Amino acid sequence: MDPIREAMLKRSRSAKLERRGRLISLFCIGLIVVIVAGIFYFVASKGLATFFSDGVNLWDFLTHSVWSPGVKDAHGSPQVGALPMIVGSFGVTFLSAIIATPFAVGAAVFMTEISPKVGRKILQPVIELLVGIPSVVYGFIGLSVVVPFIRSIFGGTGFGILAGTFVLFVMILPTVTSMAVDALRAVPSHYRSASLALGATRWQTTWRVVLRAATPGILTGIVFGMARAFGEALAVQMVIGNAALLPNNLVSPASTLTSVLTSGIGNTVMGSLENNALWSLALLLLLMSLFFNIMIRWIGKKGELK
Amino acid sequence: MNPKQADKLATGVLYTVAGIIIVILASLLGFILFQGLPHVSWHFLTSPASTFEAGGGIGIQLFNSFYLLLLAMVISVPIAIGAGIYLAEYAKKNWITDLIRTSIEILSSLPSVVVGLFGFLVFVLQFKMGFSILSGALALTVFNLPLLTRNVEDSLRQIHFTQREAGLALGLSRWETVVHVVIPEALPGIITGMILGAGRVFGEAAALIYTAGQSAPALDFTNWNPLNIASPLNIFRPAETLAVHIWKINSEGIQPDAAAVSAGASAVLILAVLLFNLVARYAGNRLYKKMTAS
Repeated sequence: MDPIREAMLKRSRSAKLERRGRLISLFCIGLIVVIVAGIFYFVASKGLATFFSDGVNLWDFLTHSVWSPGVKDAHGSPQVGALPMIVGSFGVTFLSAIIATPFAVGAAVFMTEISPKVGRKILQPVIELLVGIPSVVYGFIGLSVVVPFIRSIFGGTGFGILAGTFVLFVMILPTVTSMAVDALRAVPSHYRSASLALGATRWQTTWRVVLRAATPGILTGIVFGMARAFGEALAVQMVIGNAALLPNNLVSPASTLTSVLTSGIGNTVMGSLENNALWSLALLLLLMSLFFNIMIRWIGKKGELK
Repeated sequence: MNPKQADKLATGVLYTVAGIIIVILASLLGFILFQGLPHVSWHFLTSPASTFEAGGGIGIQLFNSFYLLLLAMVISVPIAIGAGIYLAEYAKKNWITDLIRTSIEILSSLPSVVVGLFGFLVFVLQFKMGFSILSGALALTVFNLPLLTRNVEDSLRQIHFTQREAGLALGLSRWETVVHVVIPEALPGIITGMILGAGRVFGEAAALIYTAGQSAPALDFTNWNPLNIASPLNIFRPAETLAVHIWKINSEGIQPDAAAVSAGASAVLILAVLLFNLVARYAGNRLYKKMTAS
């Protein structure tokens, strides 16, 4: 065969390279998808074992408030009531989000509408730095400042939902603020000009126009903060007191899904009921993070239509 | 109240809010640094931790943190670049791509403790790696991948399409265009994202307590044989990192100077994160100037 014909019919070096490159990148992305599927499969298979092989009633699991997986109750079914942890997790999440939202939105308005110079020069870098502070550091500060402070005011041990709320508030504040700032900056400046041209004051413009237009973005930021608060493990575990009891008030020791997981999973035997019950909590955590994800998408879609 | 007064009032309130936040943040940073820095000394940074007595350091933990970070980056960066290239250059607009994007989003929003538990189940138990640096690095990879991938994709997407067309017009294949034209230009963005990701990984603890373990066996820093159990390079030894150490001594530690040690370790951790931030900014700008014509 003549060399020209051969060169025309054979795959070129370039085409081979292209094929190989494409396969490599496909492999990488496939790996990520496999990891996600793997996480769901493993956590779900462990977490569902409590209900299918150990025969725990799902409703009892969600609503009973006695958590002692080693002990059986009068009917011979194990006592795995996750209500205290669920209440604790939702309690700290919502409380910290409620406190953080006005501060975060206020700071974001300050940074974009009132004093952009100070905002960009001082607040922005500090907030960026704070987003990166490791959660154990927040936990340590909570343990050495917040807990003694609460103890001196309310008495008791100082550990509890209130301490967890404070720590999470400081933790999610930078996250929510920076996302609110992005949302406010994305509002086109002619919205502001139009409102000011109508004779509205700066505050009227901010309140009635800018904040309205930025609402979906701000909501996304808040949900993001809540997702972070809900999944936070160590900082909360260090200050909440770790008692799997239904909390009487905000300053009595409580626990969250994450705190029970971190302190418990190493002390139980794989495959035992105690262990499976913990995996059920992990599954609950996974489903909640999925829920937050769906909510963020939903808000994004709602915001788009306007 | 007329609108003018309302405006004044609101402005005053917003100034107060901003002031309160600055005070909180400043006192936070000040607290860590003023509490911690007096404890930081050469001895503190290099000597091993002690379990029962005062005067322990964080030498081994510090080394473990950096070693684990290095391994995690070595594993996750190539995967993230490959995946980012796929998403930015090859992915078509269809349901498969949507599914891939959704799963990356889910992975990035997973609580790190769930990632840690997954690592415990799969790497530590299933693959029988035990509590080891390798398990920890793999868990950190899972934790780090989604953000890195998104960063690579965003950086690649910012490159103007004319650059790609120029490459293709020269007869390069798509892959060659990506490797020789697009990636060099996107490199500053990619590197900035990686350094920021490294800062995040450096402070991560929840994903590590059940993968890399909570103990730091003594190391012999003269032994560089990676197969020896006492060697710092061994990837099958358990390795407590700095962040895990802070958590550990605060929740179950019995050292009399636990507060001092954790204050010092926190200060070191914060300074490291600060350093990563500064380096990310500086390196990004510098590289951009060096690699492009601007």
